[in-house]
Amino acid sequence: MDFSLSKKEQLFLQMIREFAEKEVKPLAAEVDESERFPIETVEKMAKLGIMGIPFPVEYGGAGGSNILYTMAVEELSRVCATTGVIVSAHTSLCCAPIMEHGTNEQRAKYLPKLTSGEWIGAFGLTEPNAGTDASAQQTIAVKEGDHYVLNGSKIFITNAGYAHVYIIMAMTDKSKGTKGISAFIVEKDFPGFSVGKKEKKLGIRGSATCELIMENCIVPAENLLGQEGKGFGIAMKTLDGGRIGIASQALGIAQGAMDETVKYVKERKQFGKAIGQFQNTQFQLADLQTKIEAARLLVRQAAYKKDQKEAYSTDAAMCKLFAAETAMEVTTKAVQFHGGYGYTREYPVERMMRDAKITEIYEGTSEVQRMVIAANLLK
Amino acid sequence: MKIVVCIKQVPDTTEIKLDPVTGTLIRDGVPSIMNPDDKGGLEFALQLKDQYGAHVTVVTMGPPQAEAILREAYAMGVDRAILLSDRKFGGADTLATSHTIAAALKMLDFDLVITGRQAIDGDTAQVGPQIAEHLDLPQVTYVESLTFDGNKTFTVKKSMEEGYQMVEVDAPCVFTALASGVKPRYMSVRGIVEAYDKEIETWTYDNITVDDKKIGLNGSPTRVFKSFTKGVKAAGQIYEVEPAEAVDIIINKLKEKFII
Repeated sequence: MDFSLSKKEQLFLQMIREFAEKEVKPLAAEVDESERFPIETVEKMAKLGIMGIPFPVEYGGAGGSNILYTMAVEELSRVCATTGVIVSAHTSLCCAPIMEHGTNEQRAKYLPKLTSGEWIGAFGLTEPNAGTDASAQQTIAVKEGDHYVLNGSKIFITNAGYAHVYIIMAMTDKSKGTKGISAFIVEKDFPGFSVGKKEKKLGIRGSATCELIMENCIVPAENLLGQEGKGFGIAMKTLDGGRIGIASQALGIAQGAMDETVKYVKERKQFGKAIGQFQNTQFQLADLQTKIEAARLLVRQAAYKKDQKEAYSTDAAMCKLFAAETAMEVTTKAVQFHGGYGYTREYPVERMMRDAKITEIYEGTSEVQRMVIAANLLK
Repeated sequence: MKIVVCIKQVPDTTEIKLDPVTGTLIRDGVPSIMNPDDKGGLEFALQLKDQYGAHVTVVTMGPPQAEAILREAYAMGVDRAILLSDRKFGGADTLATSHTIAAALKMLDFDLVITGRQAIDGDTAQVGPQIAEHLDLPQVTYVESLTFDGNKTFTVKKSMEEGYQMVEVDAPCVFTALASGVKPRYMSVRGIVEAYDKEIETWTYDNITVDDKKIGLNGSPTRVFKSFTKGVKAAGQIYEVEPAEAVDIIINKLKEKFII
């Protein structure tokens, strides 16, 4: 058992950390404040191969591992959670299902454009009445000759409006329940496809979160992803992978808040000494950093198992549950350590606290993660 | 076009702290990095590669762990990496170092050699110019930017203390580059993934032709007698005043000490 990073991983960390510090961090506050999608950052990441880390070179990817991918999302989120989720949703929720469930033709057609970052990807499962109960899909797909006609809407779709490709779940046979759900690769310019209203959010405000509307949307039959009726399984497997990405995002947010807090408690003086010299501060920081490190090990374990093609569904649920709750705890306490200043936008910790909350909600709430973990225990 | 870039692994001096008692550098745990001016020089070479398809080789002299910056150079896009490593090269001052590197360069086919202006550990700015002298090639130091005519002539902006010079020079030649003139590219993810599968050629004394009296400790006329930290002479005074008033105070102080 080897817990150390390989030389390659260390070199990657050097690059991604420098990139995050120099290119991403300076924009983070402004991107949050103005709710602006940082498209220029996506272009820079595309050039370096960050939009296609764990995919084979033959499909335009960087040929890297899921470990590298989690390190990227962590380091980006450490300074800007918006940037972290753009990469995570694109990689885990769009590129990955095409790689894992697509035909060779679909991979060849879509992956090079996506993994090179020329195109951005997104994923549409959630509907107004199908959140945690994702089986209650109301979007319908009807096959008519050489194409399907999709009708319905999706909500809370990350990267919507900026994405060129969406993995969309729709019912091809309502009578079969989850076995009647199918997955489709939908391009933004397909007739009948449009992006609806953009949400105004508590956190990750630079990330675009919108409604998708399909009105007699024409999707070529060859864009069915996997087999008809297998969409629910594809969605669940995709979310398993996505959870590792979101756990990495949560981990990054937590570490970012800790970095800021450590800096602050060394500088801030009250009662004649730096607040970091009080044992109350020290003990709390020790507990929090221990949790962050535990979250990091869970994340890397899940990513490692995915790389080794082992079952990782429970590991993904555990790392997301733990990292998300750690992020919420660390950021909330980081604001407390900063006192009144922490509550203002002069310091980044209030943003981190707002950003952390979503990690307990999207790609499966913490409750869903507990369901997954318990189901595995009791099966 | 063939370009050789000479790079050096240095301790990240921004991370170095001084031992408050002995006044010496605490090197433990200080990360090693590619010298910033060298990285600037590497970026010039890679830009020429992007534009003209140049073949870029990096050369470094150092202990085996200097391999790390050669891997980094691969991840940035170079084509070949050579590590000059031999106990006989050790203990070298700038003169002995430049003899060793020049001897290695003589084994290579190139149109242009780029070094950094100076390394952040020694700050001498001597090795690049010495290499040019040993190779009997024209050199332009303190290069801030450059253009190439696609044939054999470079137009180089050379930084001066006050202003700059524009210099035209034909290949083959040697440039020493400034980090301030260019923003080095990041390593690409694919470059990193593949960097450790690429070959690092290790050249020892036996691979080059050089007079062994000119290299290593034997070839180094420089002797360091003592290293010390400049002592702090006075505690200094702090004034919390408006800028205009501060200027007057500073001018008066300088006059008091007959500095101006």
